[in-house]
Amino acid sequence: MAVTTIGAGAVKPKVSGDERMMRVGIVVIGLFLLIGLLLPLYAMMSKSFQDSDGNFIGLANYAEYFSTPALFFSIYNSLTVSVLATVITISFAFVYAYALTRSCMPFKGVFRAIALIPILAPSLLPAISLVYFFGKQGIIKSWLFGESIYGPIGIVIGEVFWTFPHAMMILVTALSITDARLYEAAAALRTSKIRTFFTVTLPGAKYGVISAIFVVFTLVFTDFGVPKVIGGQYNVLSVDIYKQVIGQQNFEMGAVVSVVLLIPAVISFTIDRIVQRRQVALLSARAVPLEPKPNRTIDTSMLIVCGIIAFVIVSIIVMAGYASFVQFWPYNLNLVLSNYDFDVMDGGGWDSYTNSIQMAAWTAVIGTAFIFTGAYLVEKGQGFKKGRTVIHFLAILPLAVPGMVLGLSYIFFFNHPDNPFGFIYHTMAILVVVTIAHFYTVSHLTAVTALKQMDPEFEAVSASLKVPFYKTFWRVTVPVCMPSIINIAVYLFVNAMTTVSAVIFLYAPDTTLAAVAVLNMDDAGDIAPAAAMAMLIFATNAVLYSIYSLGTRGLQARTQAWRKR
Amino acid sequence: MTTAMQDSPGHESAGTKTYLRIDDLTKNFGAFTALRDVSLEIYEGEFVCFLGPSGCGKTTLLRCIAGLDYQTAGRIAQGGTDISALPPSERDFGIVFQSYALFPNLTVQKNIAYGLENRKVGKADTERKVAELLELVGLEGQGPKYPAQLSGGQQQRVALARALATSPGLLLLDEPLSALDARVRVHLRHEIRQLQERLGVTTIMVTHDQEEALTMADRIVVMNHGVIEQIGTPTEVYGTPKTAFVADFVGTMNFMPGTAAGAGRVRLGTVELNCAAMNGISEGTPVTVAVRPEDFVVRCTDGANGNAFEAEIDDMEFLGSFYRAELKVPGMGESRIVVDLSVNAVRDLELAGGRSLPVAVPSDHILVFPAD
Ligand SMILES: Nc1ncnc2c1ncn2[C@@H]1O[C@H](COP(=O)(O)OP(=O)(O)O)[C@@H](O)[C@H]1O
Ligand SMILES: [Mg+2]
Repeated sequence: MAVTTIGAGAVKPKVSGDERMMRVGIVVIGLFLLIGLLLPLYAMMSKSFQDSDGNFIGLANYAEYFSTPALFFSIYNSLTVSVLATVITISFAFVYAYALTRSCMPFKGVFRAIALIPILAPSLLPAISLVYFFGKQGIIKSWLFGESIYGPIGIVIGEVFWTFPHAMMILVTALSITDARLYEAAAALRTSKIRTFFTVTLPGAKYGVISAIFVVFTLVFTDFGVPKVIGGQYNVLSVDIYKQVIGQQNFEMGAVVSVVLLIPAVISFTIDRIVQRRQVALLSARAVPLEPKPNRTIDTSMLIVCGIIAFVIVSIIVMAGYASFVQFWPYNLNLVLSNYDFDVMDGGGWDSYTNSIQMAAWTAVIGTAFIFTGAYLVEKGQGFKKGRTVIHFLAILPLAVPGMVLGLSYIFFFNHPDNPFGFIYHTMAILVVVTIAHFYTVSHLTAVTALKQMDPEFEAVSASLKVPFYKTFWRVTVPVCMPSIINIAVYLFVNAMTTVSAVIFLYAPDTTLAAVAVLNMDDAGDIAPAAAMAMLIFATNAVLYSIYSLGTRGLQARTQAWRKR
Repeated sequence: MTTAMQDSPGHESAGTKTYLRIDDLTKNFGAFTALRDVSLEIYEGEFVCFLGPSGCGKTTLLRCIAGLDYQTAGRIAQGGTDISALPPSERDFGIVFQSYALFPNLTVQKNIAYGLENRKVGKADTERKVAELLELVGLEGQGPKYPAQLSGGQQQRVALARALATSPGLLLLDEPLSALDARVRVHLRHEIRQLQERLGVTTIMVTHDQEEALTMADRIVVMNHGVIEQIGTPTEVYGTPKTAFVADFVGTMNFMPGTAAGAGRVRLGTVELNCAAMNGISEGTPVTVAVRPEDFVVRCTDGANGNAFEAEIDDMEFLGSFYRAELKVPGMGESRIVVDLSVNAVRDLELAGGRSLPVAVPSDHILVFPAD
């Protein structure tokens, strides 16, 4: 019997086969996050302190950056559009979320579905659509009173559209978890509706609002698609990285801008984590759910406001869709399919679409399996506490890293001649790896939430029955968590289809992607084909999402029969 | 079937062969000591309860025995083998948690068969065993249902059947009844106990409910703040508690401050009483005197060798089969004592609030503890 006793009765537990296997799993996940995240970031940061020959030159690059107004002025620009877009998005999203949770407005299901539309489209799509509305030949160009859409106005409108669903979902959650008793107390004290709103509703949703602010701010601050298409001469940080690297081949300056972009993102991320930790405590409190009561005035005004917001969202999509069929905007408005003939245009043709589907499918399958298993090991593993804590931290980190920064970091790391993993550079594999790494956090947190709802003693019971952990994982954990697993897969697929920033530096001639093709066609002036490709991405995601929504109902009925009493 | 499934002779004759032996077990969580120098022996076929208030370390001790947590120091031996460092999968036990931890997506049948499937038991044998276990726990015909379709009590039985399916040498139950409502709980107490006697499986049950421990256990291990206060049969723990904590935690107890008055006597205010056991406390030391409400005598108090005092009934509460009275003792100051009075004593002596009467305590029912 392998009993090892040390000193005065101290016990050194024997490591079981299960535990050994779990440790190996944790180490594998750790290595992935090390190679797919930490080492590339390190390579990028060290590059920012080097000259083009790789010699260490201290802060010289930073000195150059901050003495070039054309460069550092982008910080101001990025902050300006981010703050503006955040304020506008949060205001609209709050009203919308309020209407969905606290009013008796009709058609809530439809409104909720419409609000989610922007998630399914690449951020390039609203920007292209805005060109058709307000561009040089836009149909309602005059509404801007002579201002140009190419610049901060276009960026802000595009970003508001694109970040709206993210803010709305957070706020719906925050407004759903309230205690009806507070409102009853307020009513009993004859508090006016307005006062109740400011003394009960707002404080209750406080953490949700703060969290939504940081999420939207970070999304806008780091987004590349919208400013790339509609930013014009208005430089922002993410586009600067692109220009430095692709336009001027100045990789060192690209690294400097990346660090400048990374810092606020990390700060914003850190604050958000702290805020969210508090909200968890709020969630676990037992509360009586609030049932909204009909109120003619409120319900009607909510319907009008939400109707306008929903109309704008739908028009932006419809405009891109319409433009994609128009033969020659604005002179020949015949509807044709020629813009979908991608093979005669730059950007990779139809291959880029099939590449995207392939890449998204691999990301969804491998990413989900990998991330869910990782979350399981972190959450349910025994022993090796240090390893599990490190993985959990590393899994949260990608949320703080902008896609552009991650993509550029991959160039420095994987393109290095001494890197043994260099062989994946310029392959489909590196696109899948970077996408999994980029969207790791949300998937990981979804998995952790699902796993936390499982009885913590399942593993103990199966050990007592001498059933190896992987068997219980496969027979119990995976089936019970299936809804969340599918949710993660859909999330990864949709994002892999729409992402531009992480992959823009990494695709090769035979691995062009649809979203990148949108950008390149737009760059080449082929706006209608760009709109067509963006619509194709959107349609693909919309179909998948509809199947998912309808399918989960059917799946729930069949495989989750045990949930019913 | 293995020996564990054979009928055992029964309750009183649980073996005296040590099955589980725990030596100087200590468990720290960081700077916090959850268990301190815990030593105990559990005999083969015995039903032992770990009893103590919430947070005293009962679950921790149980988890150490199972290997789900590892002790910081100390040893555990099961069936003569040192298992101190073995992972749970290499120990021999079945466990039922407070939450039952039934696999929600598997039917009752599959839950019970879960541990068998991995042991190369044939399909027919597995089915037969599952049917046998279902019958054993009184759930015939419920096999194809999912756990969510069963009541709490039924789920509890499934968990029990699953834990017993692999015929473990040791059955561990962590507050198995606390999630159930009172009526089901009382019923299941008997069932679990009967089942355990039939199978003869050595069983440890954690509970914070003293009534549960008193009615079910062969022996009770009373714990407090990570140490064992007393180990004994229910009668011993109730009748001769070793510490004031045990006296207080198990049953109802009157505690009265007093002083040791030498040679088997204690003084309470102006009242002096004989007591059988002084636990070697020297004269003049402040003590706590403990008497159970049912140990006071109100009839024939003359024959009590002077172990009697005058008291006045302050308040009386009818509890069906007896009265619980609060008495004021003029010689003992402001504090009240609680005395249980039989219905016939109240009737015969015409007792009522405000009445004064002599009350006696047999000297062997007076417990004396050092004052703290
Ligand atoms: N994993 C843990 N980490 C830190 N403290 C713990 C842990 N598990 C238990 N404790 C502490 O140890 C003490 C005993 O806990 P436990 O054995 O669960 O008590 P109980 O007697 O109620 O079953 C409690 O104070 C508890 O807070
Ligand atoms: Mg406990």
